[in-house]
Amino acid sequence: MSTSYIPPEFRWTNDNDACCRCKRCIKQCGWGALRWENRVVADQHKCVGCHRCEVFCPESCITVLPNPTYYRPNANWTLRHRKNVYRQAESGGVLLTGMGADQDFPVLFDSLFLDACQVTNPSIDPLREPMELRTYLGRKPEQVEVEVAADGRVSLKTQLAPNYQLAFPIIFSPMSYGSISLTAQKSLAMAAEELGILWNTGEGGLHEQVKPYAHCAIVQCASGRFGVNIEYLNSGAAVEIKIGQGAKPGIGGHLPGEKVTADVSTTRMIPIGSDAISPAPQHDIYSIEDLRQLIFALKEAVDYRKPVGVKIAAVHNVAAIASGIVRAGADYIYLDGVRGGTGAAPSVIRDNLGIPIEIAIAAVDQRLREEGIRNQASIIAAGSIRSSADMAKAIALGADVVAVGTAALLSLGCTLCQKCYTGRCSWGITTQDPELTRRIDPVWGAERVANLVQAWAAELEEMLGAMGVNAVESLRGSRERLRAVGLDDQTLAILGVKPAGVGA
Amino acid sequence: MTTTDQLEADQQAGVVIDAAGLHYRDLNRRVRELVAAGETALTLRNVRGQRYIGDGLKGKDVRITIHGVPGGDLAAFMDGPTLEVFGNGQDAACNTMNDGVVIIHGNAGDALGYGMRGGSLFVRGDAGYRVGIHMKAYKTQIPAVVIGGCVGDFFGEYMAGGTLVVLGLDHKPGKRLVGDYLASGIHGGEIFLRATPDMLPKAPYLSVEPVGADGLKALTPRLRAFAEAFSLDAEELLTGPFTRLTPISHRPFAAKYAPA
Repeated sequence: MSTSYIPPEFRWTNDNDACCRCKRCIKQCGWGALRWENRVVADQHKCVGCHRCEVFCPESCITVLPNPTYYRPNANWTLRHRKNVYRQAESGGVLLTGMGADQDFPVLFDSLFLDACQVTNPSIDPLREPMELRTYLGRKPEQVEVEVAADGRVSLKTQLAPNYQLAFPIIFSPMSYGSISLTAQKSLAMAAEELGILWNTGEGGLHEQVKPYAHCAIVQCASGRFGVNIEYLNSGAAVEIKIGQGAKPGIGGHLPGEKVTADVSTTRMIPIGSDAISPAPQHDIYSIEDLRQLIFALKEAVDYRKPVGVKIAAVHNVAAIASGIVRAGADYIYLDGVRGGTGAAPSVIRDNLGIPIEIAIAAVDQRLREEGIRNQASIIAAGSIRSSADMAKAIALGADVVAVGTAALLSLGCTLCQKCYTGRCSWGITTQDPELTRRIDPVWGAERVANLVQAWAAELEEMLGAMGVNAVESLRGSRERLRAVGLDDQTLAILGVKPAGVGA
Repeated sequence: MTTTDQLEADQQAGVVIDAAGLHYRDLNRRVRELVAAGETALTLRNVRGQRYIGDGLKGKDVRITIHGVPGGDLAAFMDGPTLEVFGNGQDAACNTMNDGVVIIHGNAGDALGYGMRGGSLFVRGDAGYRVGIHMKAYKTQIPAVVIGGCVGDFFGEYMAGGTLVVLGLDHKPGKRLVGDYLASGIHGGEIFLRATPDMLPKAPYLSVEPVGADGLKALTPRLRAFAEAFSLDAEELLTGPFTRLTPISHRPFAAKYAPA
């Protein structure tokens, strides 16, 4: 092999005086970057900066730093551009990456500020007073009719569409077994059950070990139909048609044959070693009418007993598309913004296609309200919800629920090294190597993920209390409780938010 | 058939539903309820475009006879029953079907057998575009789609497993057996065409070979079932000539990507 022109990205160093020679770091490295030559020696080119070795070093004598190699600065030809050109000159390939966009995209959440009560309106102390975070996912009626019996008992006359009761307005985003390990997926599934929220199978079927948690799973049906049969559809809490993903709008999924192990083949119901190709074009869906046909094929299959939703990437025409999706009969729309995560995507797609989730939520919520159909579908928003504050702002802009993927994986140890697509994750998350996957004990993992969600829920209660509302429902679409700093007039108009300094 | 004959035939065939004017939701609910109550023989008369017949239905011994034209997604997610249609079929029949048999005595539409994992679909006449798209196989489940006439473009697109057959019966001179972009993206399964290799479009990703009696062994039971379903001479069908198409690679896109 000819020499690569790309310098190592990281500089791995070890304090040899402090090193206890336990060799744990060598074992922990999933990348084969470390070896023993009477001391630990690093192949700097192989280090991805995932910090697994550093965390597990008993003497804390390992340091992983950015490689300080100095290139002449060029604001136009950034080092990123130069390195990508070298890589493509060497490989001739489409460059793959993992996780969400890492570039300095504008994050509108950071320009939005929530309101709080002072003097003229009372705040609520969430420590003493009940706070309602319960959220229902699914279609709501236009109005409800009640019947009053002769004995005065009141009963609901309107037949309600199936709704799923969530304890918190948070769910886990779709991550298939295959893209993540079974131990990672089981951690999410167990956490979802404990929390009273939902996890999502992605397009990877249901493994035997997570079937006990299917009752709190959204089961996905996408273009490849992997693992989809009538038992699968009936076992879930809701069914989701996956059209697109924020990190790679307009392009599909592709699990390479070498990752289709015996176990993965069982859940996807395909032969071992066969490529699992799930292309973006769903050739049975070329129109809203076609989408309607599939939505109702699924509703018929589950006998109208579960919500059927549609997941799309946030793109330029998202509001009109969302309107069509609701009219096609979807019980929820899942919007995934441009900063959303992925297990593998071409970096050119991840970093250039789609629009931010903040804009998409506001545009879709507004459009559905104007058309009088907002009640017909819940809105799930995703695409880099990094904190409870992002969640609160997403809800204030019009979302019912947020979905988190990256944050959940971070709680399992992920450090955003962006190498998910290699299948060598040292943290045992995006790998199928049994030596690596057993690093996650699902009981431990579920506890950490549940801790995160409970912490965000508690923070949401604090924010709601400060705003003087005692139910998250009162915040939904309440853009009056948001103010913006530093946004242009047109963006403000699209978000439906006033600039800070303007009163009620 | 006279009305009296029809009635007698229906009574032998079990429960009869007159589908005229019935919304698909009501029709399918009745079918589901009857099957749940243990009925195994159903006849649906005057079917005019009602979608989703047999959708998600289970039961190897369930047999539904359909007179008229069923709508889209016939036998979608179906797992076991036999549906026989005396009429044409529409789009997406056998969508993600897991098991069962669907027999269509006329022509059928686009995207038949989408993601189909098991069972058989027999169409006596022609079929549209993208037949057998994403068809797969799993362990002992090997689905088959047999088209009596001709098919349109993208036949066997993204095919990952199973068997696709085009027989070109009643083949009119000048009409092509299969359309353009034959089996693009194929990475598994096999296609049998009743033709000689020189009659077929060239595709660099396909291995193309003429098939003799030996190569037809696995296909023979299904071809016999097809012949029986449509009262055709099985021996005549089996004389061929047949050409077998298989993918050259199970990983057609492996070289396209590089680490960033």
